[in-house]
Amino acid sequence: MSTVSMTVNGKAVSADVEGRTLLVDYIREHLRLTGTHVGCDTSQCGTCVVHVDGKAVKSCTMLAAAAEGAEVTTIEGVANGDLHPMQKAFNDNHGLQCGFCTPGMIMSGIDMVNRYKAEGRQLDEAAIRHELEGNICRCTGYHNIVKSIAQAASEM
Amino acid sequence: MSEGIGAPVKRKEDKRFITGKGKYTDDIRMENQAYAAFVRSPHAHAEIKGIETSAAEEMSGVIAVLDGAQLTGDGIGNLICGWAISSKDGSPMNMGAWSALATEKVRYVGDAVAVVIAESKDEAQAAAESVEVSYNELPVAANIAAALADGATEIHDNAPGNVIYDWELGDGDATDAALAGAAHVTEMDISNNRLAPNAMEPRSAVATYDDAEDHYTLYSTSQNPHVARLVLSAFYQVAPEHKLRVIAPDVGGGFGSKIYIYPEEIVCLWASMKTRRSVKWTAERTESFLTDAHGRDHVTKARMGFDADGRIVGFKVSTKANFGAYMSLFSSAVPTYLYATLLSGTYDIPAIHCEVLACYTNTVPVDAYRGAGRPEASFVVERLMETAAREMGKDPAELRRANFVKDFPYQTQVIMNYDSGDFEGNMNQAMEAADWAGFAARKAEAANRGRLRGIGMACYIEACGIAPSAAVGSLGAGVGLWESAEVRVNPVGTIEVLTGSHSHGQGHETTFAQVVAERFGVPLDSIQIVHGDTDKVQFGMGTYGSRSGPVGISAIVKACDKVEVKVRKIAAHLLECNPDELVIEDSQVKVPGTNKALGWHEVGLAAYTAHNLPADMEPGLKEGAFYDPENFTFPMGCFIAEVEIDPGTGKTDIVKFVASDDFGVIINPMIVEGQVHGGIAQGVGQALLEEMVYDESGQPVSGSYMDYTMPRAEDVPSFVVEHHNTRCTTNPLGIKGCGEAGAIGSPPAVINAITDAIDNNDISMPATSAKVWAAIQVSGTRMAAE
Repeated sequence: MSTVSMTVNGKAVSADVEGRTLLVDYIREHLRLTGTHVGCDTSQCGTCVVHVDGKAVKSCTMLAAAAEGAEVTTIEGVANGDLHPMQKAFNDNHGLQCGFCTPGMIMSGIDMVNRYKAEGRQLDEAAIRHELEGNICRCTGYHNIVKSIAQAASEM
Repeated sequence: MSEGIGAPVKRKEDKRFITGKGKYTDDIRMENQAYAAFVRSPHAHAEIKGIETSAAEEMSGVIAVLDGAQLTGDGIGNLICGWAISSKDGSPMNMGAWSALATEKVRYVGDAVAVVIAESKDEAQAAAESVEVSYNELPVAANIAAALADGATEIHDNAPGNVIYDWELGDGDATDAALAGAAHVTEMDISNNRLAPNAMEPRSAVATYDDAEDHYTLYSTSQNPHVARLVLSAFYQVAPEHKLRVIAPDVGGGFGSKIYIYPEEIVCLWASMKTRRSVKWTAERTESFLTDAHGRDHVTKARMGFDADGRIVGFKVSTKANFGAYMSLFSSAVPTYLYATLLSGTYDIPAIHCEVLACYTNTVPVDAYRGAGRPEASFVVERLMETAAREMGKDPAELRRANFVKDFPYQTQVIMNYDSGDFEGNMNQAMEAADWAGFAARKAEAANRGRLRGIGMACYIEACGIAPSAAVGSLGAGVGLWESAEVRVNPVGTIEVLTGSHSHGQGHETTFAQVVAERFGVPLDSIQIVHGDTDKVQFGMGTYGSRSGPVGISAIVKACDKVEVKVRKIAAHLLECNPDELVIEDSQVKVPGTNKALGWHEVGLAAYTAHNLPADMEPGLKEGAFYDPENFTFPMGCFIAEVEIDPGTGKTDIVKFVASDDFGVIINPMIVEGQVHGGIAQGVGQALLEEMVYDESGQPVSGSYMDYTMPRAEDVPSFVVEHHNTRCTTNPLGIKGCGEAGAIGSPPAVINAITDAIDNNDISMPATSAKVWAAIQVSGTRMAAE
């Protein structure tokens, strides 16, 4: 066991965990932030996406210890009072049904928009669909997820 | 009215999901919680010679190691299939014993043999790997052909030849005669690929036994918690119903796979009693592939005969259905009453005969998956229609048009009585939206770019709201298929609606509230939908088969009817008028044209203060109803897929997908369209990408997302979803149901488009790039030779 400390959603946190503890388990089981989900064992589904130092990361592929000292944002931390434009866009466009993939979709969507804006690239439908390669949804057929991200991209 | 029926109201439930506050089963942590890990068979078929648990019991954190002998010794019953189907000869189906933990034999890879209960998940898993089970491997039948071959290994002692039943529906002699006299007969061999449902939330259970009360609580990823409680109690003898509470909190998708009661829930409940600990189990994704009931897996031979004018004269279908190693809860009904009964499709077919041979194999049990039997029927009918049109040199749309059912009600030759529809209307709408007429130009343009372009149509019909209870009972169902609701108006006028339906993505908290808001003219936010807890809702049949709209909402309407009667009586008494004079709208109960009015909340308060009620009226304002449908409902539609294929790689791009559905009356079009989108994507997945594959030894070779291709955002286009609705005549609001339609109509539309593009009709699902490329080589060679 070792102590792993980081900043999660703006708060300094610390927990004694085994070396093999994944970041997603640190978030879910030690911090009890259960908005970040686990939907597969092979880093395909993307329900566990969080931001580590501003970049989207599948928290099932990263050891908690590797995030020592990092700034981590989870779905619980993206809103600053009101809903984040990406969260609002998912509600506006019916971008979710069962809600299980949704936190990962929102975290990937925010990261996607931020990257494209930083690079001055156009985030059109084809680009959104391509960028969602690492996020699986079984409910929506992606139609309204794509619309949601497009709306948020115009508002962020 | 903007929040009522027909309004695309944004979902009330979204906020908790978009902020990470959803509460799914794995998010729940009980005090004193331990974790279960299952020891699973690595063999598809083997005798269990011994289970050595001592090493595991010594390991860190281990609380107990439990096996099937202990489970059966404690009187826990076998899992059952709840729908009795008899063979042609009248003999009952051959249901083999299924213990939640295998005792003498394992019958598929993943069959649970023992369970470890430990302080942590990691400790439980580590110990499970140290349980030593010795096996005597047996020959394996991993698919239908192997199971039905002469001399095949027998998976259950009471199922000779691995046959579960040999069933038929329709008039065989009449159909044979019709085909013998047909001007043209189209004959096809069709397979329907085996799918893994893959709700994004893996199954999970948290069981707690309270020894002071001798009471159990189960949090479970269930589509139907009351049915789970009933089955756990009545058949598995885990606990009597009044000592068992089942809660299905937020559930992350189901698609059928969370209807059934699985060994893991039974074992967690039993283990919580044995260990006096809360016991949690959550599937890993590979465990989901190994244990969640799979869907489809049919092989079919079908013959459709036509007269010289292109009218269908007869349709004969022979299907073999793979049930896997055990009969899952509703498995027997899927290839029979949910399949053969839909073989008339949208067409007037004077003679139909279907026989279905169901068999065991050494694979995961197979049961209902989104559409359940109806996608298989739709695929057979619509592939036959398309192929027949091509063979007879007719336009596939016109052949369908000529054969459509046009007069309603229409009695098919296979039980169903279609109440309503305008099949041509949907086809016309879809053809217009797809610019069917302009296809030839698009095909030519694509050819200039070196791409093969094809267009395909499917006119599906399905049956929802399986009903009435007496009818399904006569066909073998072990349960009634009604729904219940309770509408409670509080003293302040806010309303709670308790429903036996369960929402796991369908948006009931919004749709159901819209119905009540419109009915009583009250704000949507004053209505709370309560579901998913057997302690809160008296009983319910849950959500599957697109039944929550036609059946669940109908029960709410019926309860609202009763509430309205009482509201009118109270208000008439207070306003000194006739109850029939009153109008309920805008949060008021009033007499039009007068200043006589009460606020909705005033009626509620009057009911509960009971200071001044009509004589003999009980206080309170709460009514319940059970709604048993008169008939199935029949959503239908026309789907058109347009594809472009790269002949160099065989890769298929769906460039346009149009759906025109008839769902009857729609409560929330935004939510309904979302259901269609998701269903189409699942159907496209079946058509192009997905297949649960077993090798000959029964090892699953597509048991993770590395191997099983889930549709990604790039695999599907944005969909054009239109409606041409006719009111259902057999339920109060005219709702038909929309949950499965997308998955039912899309596979044949996509395959018809691909086969059109490549001029080769010989392709099976999933039409992977490799298969399409190979088919192009055949058709290309043929065309070159021509």
